[in-house]
Amino acid sequence: MPCASIRVIVSAKEGRRTFAAAQIAVMRHGAPLDYFSHVYGPVARSMQALGWTYTAICVGVCLVIIGLLMTAMMRRRGGGDRIVTESGPALTWVMIGSGVSTLILFGMAIYAFIALRAVAAPAKAPVTIAVTGYDWWWKADYGGVVVANELHIPTGVPVKIDLRSADVIHAFWVPQLAGKTQMIPGVTTHQWLQADRPGVYRGQCTQFCGEQHAHMAFEVVAQSPADYRAWLAAQAANAAAPSSALAQTGQHYFRSHCGGCHSVRGTEATGQHAPDLTHLMSRRELAAGLTPNTPDNLINWVEHAQDLKPGTRMPSFDLTPEQRTALKAYLTGLS
Amino acid sequence: MTEQRIPHIGCVAPNSEDEKRLRDIWEAEPGLKGKLGSVDHKVIGLRYIVTAFVFLILGGVEALIMRLQLARPDAGLVSPDAYNQLFSMHGVTMIFLYALPVLSGFSNYLWPLMLGTRDMAFPRLNALSYWLFLFAGLFLYAGFAFGHGANAGWFNYVPVSGPIFDPGPNIDIYALGMVLLGISTTVGAANFVVTLFRLRAPGMSLNRVPIIVWGTLTASVANLIVIPSVSLTFFLLWLDRNLGTHFFDTGAGGQALLWQHLFWVFGHPWVYVVVLPAMGIVSDALPTFCRRPLVGYAAVAMSTVATMIIGFEVWIHHMFATGLPPLVLAFFGAASLIIAIPSAITVFCWIATIWAGRPQFKVPFLFFASFVLLFVIGGVSGVMTAAVSLDWQLNETYFVVAHLHYVLLGINVFPVMGGVYYWFPKWTGHKTNEVLGRWAFGVLFTGFNLAFFPMHILGVLGMPRRIYTYAPGMGWSLLNLLVTLGAFLFALGVLIFLIDLLISARRGEPAGDNPWDAASLEWSMSSPPPAYNFRVIPIIASGHPLWEDRLNQSEQRSKLHEGFTLLEGRETLGTSPLDSEPNAILRMPGDHLAPFALGLAATVFFAALALHGWLWAGLALAACAATLIWWFWPPKAEKAPSDREAAHV
Repeated sequence: MPCASIRVIVSAKEGRRTFAAAQIAVMRHGAPLDYFSHVYGPVARSMQALGWTYTAICVGVCLVIIGLLMTAMMRRRGGGDRIVTESGPALTWVMIGSGVSTLILFGMAIYAFIALRAVAAPAKAPVTIAVTGYDWWWKADYGGVVVANELHIPTGVPVKIDLRSADVIHAFWVPQLAGKTQMIPGVTTHQWLQADRPGVYRGQCTQFCGEQHAHMAFEVVAQSPADYRAWLAAQAANAAAPSSALAQTGQHYFRSHCGGCHSVRGTEATGQHAPDLTHLMSRRELAAGLTPNTPDNLINWVEHAQDLKPGTRMPSFDLTPEQRTALKAYLTGLS
Repeated sequence: MTEQRIPHIGCVAPNSEDEKRLRDIWEAEPGLKGKLGSVDHKVIGLRYIVTAFVFLILGGVEALIMRLQLARPDAGLVSPDAYNQLFSMHGVTMIFLYALPVLSGFSNYLWPLMLGTRDMAFPRLNALSYWLFLFAGLFLYAGFAFGHGANAGWFNYVPVSGPIFDPGPNIDIYALGMVLLGISTTVGAANFVVTLFRLRAPGMSLNRVPIIVWGTLTASVANLIVIPSVSLTFFLLWLDRNLGTHFFDTGAGGQALLWQHLFWVFGHPWVYVVVLPAMGIVSDALPTFCRRPLVGYAAVAMSTVATMIIGFEVWIHHMFATGLPPLVLAFFGAASLIIAIPSAITVFCWIATIWAGRPQFKVPFLFFASFVLLFVIGGVSGVMTAAVSLDWQLNETYFVVAHLHYVLLGINVFPVMGGVYYWFPKWTGHKTNEVLGRWAFGVLFTGFNLAFFPMHILGVLGMPRRIYTYAPGMGWSLLNLLVTLGAFLFALGVLIFLIDLLISARRGEPAGDNPWDAASLEWSMSSPPPAYNFRVIPIIASGHPLWEDRLNQSEQRSKLHEGFTLLEGRETLGTSPLDSEPNAILRMPGDHLAPFALGLAATVFFAALALHGWLWAGLALAACAATLIWWFWPPKAEKAPSDREAAHV
């Protein structure tokens, strides 16, 4: 898979080898949203078992019907073109077939109840994350520590997600960990998920939410509890101060042009309408899963957001070469 | 003022003076009035079918553009906004402008012929229903033509369709178009219900009517219950968007979720509305090609009704992911499984009919037999989405797209095409070309499955609905290419089908009255039927009037050539609701331009609302009132002493 290899190289280059390894695990089978053959948590696993059982029954039903139809059409019959008046035991067989179908359906219903009960609510979730959907990105709030488009969770424990929307209805979905739940303005919905082992699991908005619904993805990075705590502590810190004069020029530009929408904690940029960029370079992807987060992709996004993601709330900025270099220096310093 | 008159029972010979008199009474006037003012249910029925097929082709072209865009990852054929309009208009077109109208066309054409009467109960209302459908369709497409088509999906959730996030005229046109179309559907539904209960020929008791009548009756009753919900919800949205109300505005105490409830309370019964009459087509026509009556008539009729009743209890299964409490979800999930039981009964009845009959592999039979399989595939994938926690994965993915296309094409388009092949000889007097028909079927069936089966797999690979493009690394590329190939193959099948019909309409072999040797009443008159349908109102003795001698189920025989003559004007017989005892002579209205004019005035009213032309809206309302006065203006006294005369028979 060419895409996977490029992404791994990119990640490795930035020295995040653990993520790169996880990336390989996720990308190996080529369909990061596949929830039928690859699941990594108890919620998704319960749904997978239900899915395969139902699939088996449904395929079986279709095969039986095909068999009955073919036999009904092909079986040999005597006697010309006359109208058939007798039905024989046909109606009895209809009743038997309907009775058997009813029993199977009742069995399926009971299994569905049991499966629903198993995943409806977690026993006890030690971690709660408040996720808010925006056109077209995700904000995740860890009790004051705000990140965007990349959730980190500890492995092995249930994680409760409180879901809200800032604008229209979105749906939060990490199929390899759990099912989807709508994020509805004015109400808070909930779901929980749990990852068995470290890895990167892709998420996607599944409720049509406007022009860039297609590009509203995110990632869930599951880490060992220790790694997770370290990550959270790092994210809680304020942004690093610009390390060079060039970066300071970039920060100046950022404050006047970007700070109305974006926040960088510890600076005068406190906008609330767009992703918090305090630790921008710790993230793997840009623009809600649109492209890998490399310095070149990043500045390209700033200059051509409307071409890369038409309709996004982020405008395309016309940068002079000096502004480009300075802004790049500042942004890539937000590690 | 009631006059007592006992209608004459007798014969009307073909080409007799009496028959000529009937023709004079019933045939449309020449010229524009006859064209625009026709109230003949056969004319209206065919108009419905042709118009619906035009919309089917439009919706199909939209689908093909979308499939080109999705054939490969990161394609840039259309802009995101254009794609959003395409999938929205595709859904609106197929669900509202094709699926029900085409079935209304069949029922309009067939009901009076099947029930043994001369027209629908309210012929002018019938004409109004058609004109409003046509105008509402044009209205919805007018926005699209100017780049302002519906763009928030056919189910149009708020707030993405609300004034803040969709400020253009797109959704106003969609909302008003839906209210306009709702009037058409409502008056059409009322017409079907009254026709069934008042206009069946004597002896055509409820247990003798064809299953399509049960299907359309059930669908019509459902429409009368649920159309108000969808009309209201679109009207509330229009108020929110234009007059500053806050029904769906959460910022001001409204509820976004309210839209989903109001929409799906309508939307799910609607799914059954657009399949039950089509299932009726199969239940009625399949037995003809099995050379036997349907096995389990009562079971199929009752399953139709049961499906609709349970169909009112399942709307939440579109909303499993909205965070409602698990108990509610479990209830609606169980109801969504239980609704499969009547469908299972019906499927077994169809198979038993083939099994216990002598199948003739004519073109319509191929459509009907393959329909049974597609019905089951669409049914079991529906059962999978009824399991709540599994649906939390499947919902809003291509699995649902696959499911709904197996349901809507499998259970609507395939029976409709089979039905067109079956009744085409009756409509035109010409047989279709058997060879072209087989090719059409083969290409359609292959294309359909190639286009829609892989979507199930795309769904479990996680491809969400309504995305205008996808990245190459998602594992969806190859399957999407297959789907696109299948879609074009299906389109080729539609083309062959249409070519066959166009050629056959001119050059097909003469069909005769009853080319399939079928059992029901519509095959008892010439093809195409005369304007008055029946020379005499027949007296029916069984559910298979044309097979009675051969079935020999009882001593009684239907009287098709000796019955109520009703030669004194545009009249037909009114009968009692359950047992079809004659109890009135109904005076039927003739051709009139008022339905057309009212439809036009109503459309102008809605267009004025869309354009905020309040003065024009007022004028159009006044015009509506004036047309209604014209409509109800009593005819000249010597022709009509009273609207209804009681008759004692």
